[in-house]
Amino acid sequence: MSDLFADELKVINLGLESFGRSVVAAGAAAVQVDWRPPMDVAPAATETLRRHAAAIEAANARAAKIILAGMPRLVDLQRAIDVVPGMRPDLFLHAGPPIEWARMCGPMRGAVIGGLIYEGKAATSEEAERLAASGGVDFAPCHEHAAVGPMAGVVTPSMPVFVLKNEEFGNHAYCTMNEGLGRVLRYGAFGPEVIARLRWMESELYPVLQRAVAAVGGVDLKNIIAQALHMGDEVHNRNRAATSLLFRALAPAVLRTSEPDAAARALEFIDGNDHFFLNLSMPACKATLDAARDIPGSSLVVVMSRNGTDFGIQLAGTGGEWFTGPADVPDALFFPGYTKADANPDIGDSSITETNGLGGFAIAASPAIVQFVGGSASDALDYTLSMYEITAAENTVYQIPALDFRGTPTGIDVVKVVERNILPFIDTGVAHREPGVGQVGAGVLSASAEPFRLAYEAFAQRLKDRQD
Amino acid sequence: MIAKGRIVKGAYFDSVALMTVGKEIGRAEGVDDAAVVMGTAENRAILDASGLLMPEFASSAATDLLIAVRARDEAAAEAAIEATTALLAQSGRRREGGGQPRPRSIGGAVDALPGANLALISIAGRYAGAEAMAAIDAGLHVMLFSDNVPLETEIELKRRAAAKGLLMMGPDCGTAIINGVPLGFANVVPRGDIGIVAAAGTGLQEVSCIIANEGGGVSQAIGTGGRDVKREVGGVMFLQALRALAADDATRVIVLVAKPPHPEVLAKIRAAVAAIDKPVIPLFLGAPAAGPDDAATLEEAALLAVARAAGGDPAGVRERLRRRDEEIAGMARGPAAKLSPGRRRLRGLFSGGTFAAEAQILLSGVIPDIVSNAPAGGAQLMRDSLRSEKNTIVDLGEDEFTVGRPHPMIDYSLRTARIAREADDPETAVILLDVVLGHGSHPDPASELRDAIAGACGRVAVVCSITGTEGDPQRRGDVARRLEAAGAVVMPSNAAAARLAGAIVRIREEGGSR
Repeated sequence: MSDLFADELKVINLGLESFGRSVVAAGAAAVQVDWRPPMDVAPAATETLRRHAAAIEAANARAAKIILAGMPRLVDLQRAIDVVPGMRPDLFLHAGPPIEWARMCGPMRGAVIGGLIYEGKAATSEEAERLAASGGVDFAPCHEHAAVGPMAGVVTPSMPVFVLKNEEFGNHAYCTMNEGLGRVLRYGAFGPEVIARLRWMESELYPVLQRAVAAVGGVDLKNIIAQALHMGDEVHNRNRAATSLLFRALAPAVLRTSEPDAAARALEFIDGNDHFFLNLSMPACKATLDAARDIPGSSLVVVMSRNGTDFGIQLAGTGGEWFTGPADVPDALFFPGYTKADANPDIGDSSITETNGLGGFAIAASPAIVQFVGGSASDALDYTLSMYEITAAENTVYQIPALDFRGTPTGIDVVKVVERNILPFIDTGVAHREPGVGQVGAGVLSASAEPFRLAYEAFAQRLKDRQD
Repeated sequence: MIAKGRIVKGAYFDSVALMTVGKEIGRAEGVDDAAVVMGTAENRAILDASGLLMPEFASSAATDLLIAVRARDEAAAEAAIEATTALLAQSGRRREGGGQPRPRSIGGAVDALPGANLALISIAGRYAGAEAMAAIDAGLHVMLFSDNVPLETEIELKRRAAAKGLLMMGPDCGTAIINGVPLGFANVVPRGDIGIVAAAGTGLQEVSCIIANEGGGVSQAIGTGGRDVKREVGGVMFLQALRALAADDATRVIVLVAKPPHPEVLAKIRAAVAAIDKPVIPLFLGAPAAGPDDAATLEEAALLAVARAAGGDPAGVRERLRRRDEEIAGMARGPAAKLSPGRRRLRGLFSGGTFAAEAQILLSGVIPDIVSNAPAGGAQLMRDSLRSEKNTIVDLGEDEFTVGRPHPMIDYSLRTARIAREADDPETAVILLDVVLGHGSHPDPASELRDAIAGACGRVAVVCSITGTEGDPQRRGDVARRLEAAGAVVMPSNAAAARLAGAIVRIREEGGSR
């Protein structure tokens, strides 16, 4: 206590603001906490977590170290059926936590219909719907098969996928190639032009890129993401810089390994789609986070994902268990002619980027898209800064230039989310609620609270069980 | 001279950042030349030209970070490479630019205010315990203003804080002055050599103000919350604060303020006091004196402390107070003579619980039939807090008055309404008030009370004490002048005000029986 009397008093004020002002008036330093009550969880759970705080912190440090050390690399492209673990001819993967056909939202149903037509399992949308409804195909989350998919995230057996390897830990992750904007399968469109594009991607783009990736010996994605953050991307809602960097990395090899027309079409396709890299940033994050799974006692989030109906999360310390709650409708800027009434609830595995400290967590790196978050660059800074309050670490490679190159807030801690009542911040595209229409806007939202509450309590229960 | 290199895989830094770091390293002790670059072909050519291309760099990719150093010896080269990685790690850890949002948690606030050493917590009691725990875990001293914190939480908080050598003031600690900084409801007093430990909030305010008004100063004023000296908590923080002040070189005299502690706790405090070689002035309100320095009132405690700090002795102070009390008896005659027949009762309307208790203790045995909603001394529990009877001393800070409304130190409306009602009561002779100034209290109490006092004076006598200093935002002298102008008699302490009110009532009682 003698240290207190000898030091300058520096006060953290939690509550009545006038008390903080009095401290400042007396010439001492004070910082006001913008406090709000914690989420409503069972007090017994909080008590259990408090008792285990030291062990949780140690487990989280371990998990965070793994996340920071991840080295995601694009190593190949292959057909899903040949590489995705557990993939079968009658299995369709989808975004988000598990869901059956009856509860699927419009865009996801549309993507399943398109997938069935693409696979030749149905000729018409009616036939596809009957098939899907009668159990003619099984559904499983991408996340349970080392994969991720944007928006509806439908991966069918024939689709080519990027193959990523986390070189530090040896695990793999998979993702389809990005189809571009407008009427596309991931937004639930399944018209002839959608199917035709998917077939071209399979027949031409896939072999072109496969040869090019082989020729360059793979692409270090961590490096590209780190550079892109310095160039105005947050690699969820803005991927223009990263796509350009990927283009530079692959273009010479594409030209060397494919005939000129096919090479040109492939490069034009990539060049014409600012979001081409999204389908690499996502599996890069997936490969990074999957390495931190199954660490007993860790409260870090390794999956945050939505299927357009439910929002689900998984923790490093709770194995494959999903914690879900209703998905919310994002606050968005809508394309001309659309309103919030047209918007589908939040959908897609792309929030894996936020789970890895990118996307909304790195929005301060992306002034070009701050109109999604209130219009000013300082709003974006505030969003990123508040995410440091719920994360376990700062990234050693991914940095925010506007924060003097501070590392991105990484490793969402469900305990902090609940007790500080700060929900993860996600920036995202918005799908039309009807199948087949496509994207209607882009915007931001906070993660749903319910999954975090449930995860918090279940995590506490596990710790308690382990102890008993 | 030796050259040494290292490849860092998967790192990416802007070339400007790298050049800055390279320059820094090149200037280090024993280093001849250094380069920190990404491993592109061009960069490798540059390294080659300057003789810094290490053999192991041949296979590097554009995405690898290359560190090369030419230095006096192996150790200098190795140190330079280590320094490079440290500098690069740091380059991402400088402070963020303007527009800092408010932190949302204790942890975030610790990041935002490096060197933070105390958390002042005044959120709702049901959440306050957890936040205080987080603060203690973060190594912060805590002042917990909030009440309604469960007893077992208080015990756990204080146990943890004591183990870490931290102050855990509260829960329900209304006031403290640490390093001259007023915390919560506190007055502006000069720094000095008198330390205070108090388990009674307004008691601490009164003692510190009288010390200031007598020309003394306060080193530290530490509140513990009223429950600290109960058996369950065991005086953990009271004792810890006492020991801290005993060890503090800036503190030469210590004042202890509390309602009587549990006997077991009191024994521990007495034992601790006996081991301290500084003057310690205990005031355990209502408890019999146990030593030459024991005070009976807040005022006496403050005056004894000032005297002790100046090298004086208690006898002088006691003689001064005895003479003053005689003067008060004389002062009472004037006001008493002006009252209508039948007006013979006291109405004490208090905002400070300690003041209400002290008034009851002082007046028990002086005037008969004292009742209160918070009885102390010989007082009885009043039947209805809203309805005065006999000689009433009511604490308007008690729960029945404060649920759903601000504390009476902040909101005077309850008191002004009651002053009018008591003046209308044909039995009322004296209305006794406490007015508490300082940070947190009402910014302009004189304006609040003026009309009510003026309306009552003439029918009744209004006697009040002002707990405050000239340094307080409200300025004690200004408030006193305005209350006197309204007709009140302003006394220098709660004890003095209570004695005057009691003397007036005594005269009226005697007159009535004559």
